[in-house]
Amino acid sequence: MTSTAKGAVIIGASAGALEALSLILPALPATFPLPIFVIVHVPPHKPSVLADIFNAKCRLRAIEVEDKEPIEPGVIYFAPPNYHMLFEDQSSLALSNEDEVLFSRPSIDVAFESAAEVWGAELIGIILTGANQDGARGLQAISKAGGTVIVQNPEDAYAKAMPETAIAFSPQAQVLSIADISAYLMSNSG
Amino acid sequence: MTEAFEKVEDIEIRLLLEALYHRYHYDFRSYAMSSVRRRLRQVRDNLGFATISAMQERVLHDPQMLPIMLRYLTVQVSEMFRDPSYFRAIRETVVPHLRTYPSLKVWIAGCSTGEELYSLVILFREEGLEERTLFYATDINPEALAQAEAGVYELERMRLFTENHRQAGGKTSLSDYYHSGYNRCVLDKSLRRNVVFSDHSLVTDQVFGEMHLVSCRNVMIYFDRVLQDRAVGLFKDSLPRNAFLGLGAKESLRFSEHADAFRDFVREEKIYQRTGS
Ligand SMILES: C[S@@+](CC[C@H](N)C(=O)[O-])C[C@H]1O[C@@H](n2cnc3c(N)ncnc32)[C@H](O)[C@@H]1O
Repeated sequence: MTSTAKGAVIIGASAGALEALSLILPALPATFPLPIFVIVHVPPHKPSVLADIFNAKCRLRAIEVEDKEPIEPGVIYFAPPNYHMLFEDQSSLALSNEDEVLFSRPSIDVAFESAAEVWGAELIGIILTGANQDGARGLQAISKAGGTVIVQNPEDAYAKAMPETAIAFSPQAQVLSIADISAYLMSNSG
Repeated sequence: MTEAFEKVEDIEIRLLLEALYHRYHYDFRSYAMSSVRRRLRQVRDNLGFATISAMQERVLHDPQMLPIMLRYLTVQVSEMFRDPSYFRAIRETVVPHLRTYPSLKVWIAGCSTGEELYSLVILFREEGLEERTLFYATDINPEALAQAEAGVYELERMRLFTENHRQAGGKTSLSDYYHSGYNRCVLDKSLRRNVVFSDHSLVTDQVFGEMHLVSCRNVMIYFDRVLQDRAVGLFKDSLPRNAFLGLGAKESLRFSEHADAFRDFVREEKIYQRTGS
């Protein structure tokens, strides 16, 4: 892919997220051509340090989003604690403090479903480790919209429930190890 | 979902929002589409409508449908001293400036069910400013405003509110301001002594006075960029030089056309001060 690459990557993770993401995000080259959105379940009443941690570790810029943040290629966007992350169009984000979905705000389902509307077949959706059901419906929406869907192999996930549920909802998903997910993204990075 | 189907739904949404505007003067036409779409689908599914067009038919002919639609279209999520560090910053850095004025006006725009309002009233009381302050609490949802005016909350929420109040630098016990019974807690009527509740839309209404502080948290996230500019324009016109504007934790003036009219006052807490320009 070149710098004119279109599309986006969206990743959902819960229990065990930090470790799994640490094996994926820092490996990406500075030339990675797509925006990457990351939804991790974080406690609602504390500031999250994820963006800072990954900004320090990654060659790509990592930020926690604010409302109406413009979307640029090669930036890693973390959903903030206590807000849902939605997409207005391919260039702008919106936040919402609507009710929790499956006890989660940010909700992976909400963000994935919204991203599926906006990017359709040009979206890569990835579900990683987690001990709940969030993300399964969202990944299904991406799949229905023609996007690429990938799930971390439950066998090497810190918590299996989230990848297992995602696979049950999207049997056609590619089930990959963390190393293979990382390799897949690298192969998409020109 | 196919491309063509999606477009039909967007047309239906636009027509429904037009219907709401022409019939009832509630204007959601420039709200952030992503969450409007989500919430209209919830109305459709929860109320058993086949399509969004079917909802439009009902909304036009049945006024009872309006409050139901408003319940969905306006998100009523709030909490007392939500983001305690914001209220702590108001207390520690804004209040010392406000003390220098003999009388004060504070506007809580999009006050929802009142939690943000009462947080500020309690804070002002603790700081000895309540007596000289007039609070304007405004919202477009009449049910929310009525609840704000009643000041009744579920008892189980008080634990969180109390902890927030403490973290916000509360000087008293929150329980000094309410009495409880039947799983409810009723805020002290005296907290409303200096409050004016009123129906006001940041989309369709004008400025109504000069304020020393406007607090508008988690309202503009539901607007698109153009509408955000209108709302910030209202705040700009309400705030004389050196007056304050507080936004929600993840909102900012970075993308506003009026950014130049404000300076960062407490950057991390999204508290701005009006400049001369
Ligand atoms: C999520 S609540 C925020 C409550 C409170 N400010 C807080 O942060 O806890 C959003 C509020 O904005 C109100 N709102 C939506 N559109 C509005 C408008 N055009 N003008 C004024 N208020 C509006 C809604 O009715 C709702 O009460």
